[in-house]
Amino acid sequence: MLETWVVIVIAFAYLALLFAIAYYADQRADAGRSVINSPYIYSLSLAVYATAWTFYGSVGRAAENGVGFLPIYIGPTLMIALWWVVMRKILRISKQNRITSLADFVASRYGKSALLGGVVTVIAVIGILPYISLQLKAVSASFTTVAGAVPGLGDTALWVALILAAFTILFGTRHIDTAEHHEGMVAAVAFESLVKLLAFVAVGAWVTWGLYRGFGDIFARVAAEPALSPMLAPFGGVGGDYSSWIWLTMLSMLAIMFLPRQFQVTVIENKNEDHLRKAIWLFPLYMLAINVFVLPIAFGGLLHFPSGSVDADSFVLTLPMSQKQELLTLVVFIGGLSAATGMVIVETIALSTMVCNDLVMPVLLRMRALRLNQRADLTGLLLGIRRGAIVLILLLGYLYFKLAGEAYALVSIGLISFAAVAQFAPAALGGIFWKGGTRRGALAGLSAGFLVWCYTLLLPAFARSAWLPIGFLEHGPFGIELLKPLALFGVSGLDQITHAMIWSMVANVGAYVAVSLLHAPGAEEHRQATLFVDVFKRPADAGGARVWRGSASAPELFNLLARFVGLRAASDAFAEFSKKPLPEAELVHLVENQLAGVIGAASAHIMLASVVKEEALTLDEVRAVLDEASQIVVYSHRLEQKSQELERATQELRAANERLTELDRMKDEFVSTVSHELRTPLTSIRSFTEILNDNPQLPAAERARFLGIVIKETERLTRLIGQVLDVSRLESGRVEWHESLLDMREVIEDTAASTSQLFRERNVRLECNLPGRVPKVRADLDRIVQVVVNLLSNAVKFIEPGQGRVEVALAEDGGFLRVDVRDNGPGISPQHHELIFEKFRQAGDPLTGKPQGSGLGLYISRRIIEHSGGRLWVESRPGQGACFSFTLPLVSEAALAA
Amino acid sequence: MRVLIAEDEPNILTSLEFLMRNCDYEVRVARDGEEALRTAQDWLPDLLLLDVMMPLCNGFEVCRRLRDNPATRAVKIVMLTAHGRDAQIERGLALGADAYITKPFSNKDLIARVRGLLE
Repeated sequence: MLETWVVIVIAFAYLALLFAIAYYADQRADAGRSVINSPYIYSLSLAVYATAWTFYGSVGRAAENGVGFLPIYIGPTLMIALWWVVMRKILRISKQNRITSLADFVASRYGKSALLGGVVTVIAVIGILPYISLQLKAVSASFTTVAGAVPGLGDTALWVALILAAFTILFGTRHIDTAEHHEGMVAAVAFESLVKLLAFVAVGAWVTWGLYRGFGDIFARVAAEPALSPMLAPFGGVGGDYSSWIWLTMLSMLAIMFLPRQFQVTVIENKNEDHLRKAIWLFPLYMLAINVFVLPIAFGGLLHFPSGSVDADSFVLTLPMSQKQELLTLVVFIGGLSAATGMVIVETIALSTMVCNDLVMPVLLRMRALRLNQRADLTGLLLGIRRGAIVLILLLGYLYFKLAGEAYALVSIGLISFAAVAQFAPAALGGIFWKGGTRRGALAGLSAGFLVWCYTLLLPAFARSAWLPIGFLEHGPFGIELLKPLALFGVSGLDQITHAMIWSMVANVGAYVAVSLLHAPGAEEHRQATLFVDVFKRPADAGGARVWRGSASAPELFNLLARFVGLRAASDAFAEFSKKPLPEAELVHLVENQLAGVIGAASAHIMLASVVKEEALTLDEVRAVLDEASQIVVYSHRLEQKSQELERATQELRAANERLTELDRMKDEFVSTVSHELRTPLTSIRSFTEILNDNPQLPAAERARFLGIVIKETERLTRLIGQVLDVSRLESGRVEWHESLLDMREVIEDTAASTSQLFRERNVRLECNLPGRVPKVRADLDRIVQVVVNLLSNAVKFIEPGQGRVEVALAEDGGFLRVDVRDNGPGISPQHHELIFEKFRQAGDPLTGKPQGSGLGLYISRRIIEHSGGRLWVESRPGQGACFSFTLPLVSEAALAA
Repeated sequence: MRVLIAEDEPNILTSLEFLMRNCDYEVRVARDGEEALRTAQDWLPDLLLLDVMMPLCNGFEVCRRLRDNPATRAVKIVMLTAHGRDAQIERGLALGADAYITKPFSNKDLIARVRGLLE
């Protein structure tokens, strides 16, 4: 027994030394000359893995199970061999995303989910509490062992918790930026790793060569002892089977990665990725060194203290004490203290960061009443939360120690925590290798695994401590045997940890994979997933700087795409990709395709080509170019609209112009034709009047004939002028219509009478077949007479004189009155049926020469009939006469009555 | 002297016939282009009064074909047209017409041109 005050003073002196080291390292860091930027310091800091559990507990477990303590150290040794693949990736991702903790890492991977971060934090805190309580138990137990109980101080463990809390606050909350390195803490932890290794080696060497005569001596003595000899067999005591070895190895493989303190020193505090190279062999070397003397000490203790009178967990202390090796005892105590404080400081700092960043702050920021988002400086609040979290975590650890700690050996407590943090593995490892993992999947997996962990490990621990009824363990809840926490669904015969690990991993991995496959990830999730999984496809310095270097990374392509087509469309386009990974070229093609739909194939191709050809375009430049391009797209779209409008206007103008040109051409042609038509009768008139004037001696008969021609041509001229005026008026709409009710019978009879002279001259017979009575029509009498005259005179004109016959018929036809003028003339070939209704177009008969008339009559007639609401057309075939018909609408009875 | 008159307007034809006979020319008439060509080749007139606007074969075509045929190349051609445009006159002259007279014409001018060509 040492003097109590000596132990206390030395313990505080040691803590002060630690603090001095930390302070020095922080000063150096502030000055820019880091002391921890070394692979050796880094490797030593990783040895925070070896805690009081290792320092005291390994010997305890070895004393119980022989080599059964080894899986806890074989696991990390195996795992670290894979770190170049796994941890380097996590390191890269964390650096690029400025990850602050394990919870942050998982949350960030799954679409920056605050909920997921909170869940991880809760699991970590609850899961790690047993582990912290283990350290408190070890420190207080070792103190009591060395210095005895201190009267008037009460519970040593509580004091240990409070002192460690104070120390952790000093070490860990000097800086606020958690992504920055805690250089002082790392330096102190590395120092502590050295101290606990030296202390353990010192006591090991003393036991091996001081107490006994080397390894051979100890093992020979054990072999000679019948009670102890079975422990030399490799798998002698570990739950009796290989599966426990395998599961414990796997468990510690996961623990070395996902214990919050390991994540802290390995990932967050890492200064240089290349430090991993040395750590990969230095850390296993450390593990080997600290374990070399475990069996000798354990066997030494068992040989020295037969019959289990001394707790095997305390052999490292009790052996030197029993030989009055006071200095060595003190060294061992300091070594154990080192192991415990290192663990507690780093673990609580890591946890407090998680509690603050992923649990408290998201909630606080959502509480609008606090108006946190309006506060400029949250430093004080953050530090307060972290310090509060540190105290709370240590006090909770103490509480767990009081509730459950006494029932278990150190190693068992530690394994419960190992099993808890192992629950992070599917979400975290799946997250960096499998893009298909989703937020819902991660939540489901973590929750399921954690619940099974609670049920199979935490609750039994409470039950063993008589905090829950023990019957819950022996008979299952409500007596349901299948649900017995230690033999779930009838699976028994395994040790507790193996059993819990099998079931929690089945639940965790199963839920993670199943739910992930069930739901497609959101856009943000997908982006983050690709960012994590494809982290090595981006260059090492890609803090978002150089994006494209020979390979286009999917999230950048996605971003690119989303800026143009919108998030939803881009997600849809990428949905195929996440289900079934395409070759990169295909993805580029896909994006190019989509971009092409927006900025045009050429621009998209150039964009993508520059991307793939390692052009030194930064992401911001690409964005700028694309933003510009999208602006241009908008502008050019508008321009296109404008130009389309212009095009339409131009076309309209062109059409109008063409119509005008056509009208102008028609007018010119009309004028030209009219002038030609006028010149023809004028020529005869002028010529004959000159003849009559120049030849006064002409015979009377000839004179009379010439005068007759002059008169006829004058009439023709007059008629022509009248028709031209009619056309002009009809076309300009300046005709005055004098409409009245007409009896078409009268109209036809009168017209026939007035043209009878013409018929007689040509010797053509005119027959009128008129019904007794027809309904009246409303039209302009003079105009309708003009039409009938035109049709009759046309008929006469083209008929061969002598045997000609023209027949006029009148009949009701639907709502119309129809007039047919049928002749037995030469007829009109079908291609002329419409032509003859155009101005100055005549179906001239080549045999009879040029037809008489101006070529305006039918045109005018059709305009008149159409104006009156009827139709004028011809039916004819060459050689079979022609029938010109027109209709006029009947006047309704109602209109008549009115 | 033989004068052939090609004209499809009967009244104008009557007046031209009267005027030519009054000048003591031997006169024949044609009422369309093809008849004019046939008569010109068979009868070989000294001069042809040729209306441009005629059925079957217009005056320009008649003129071109008479000029292409060595037998009728020497026939004097006076073209008559109701179209007073320069373009038509030029076209007629380019085809080898000797004179171009627009309708309505002055009898004196017409006779003077015909006489001038025939002397």
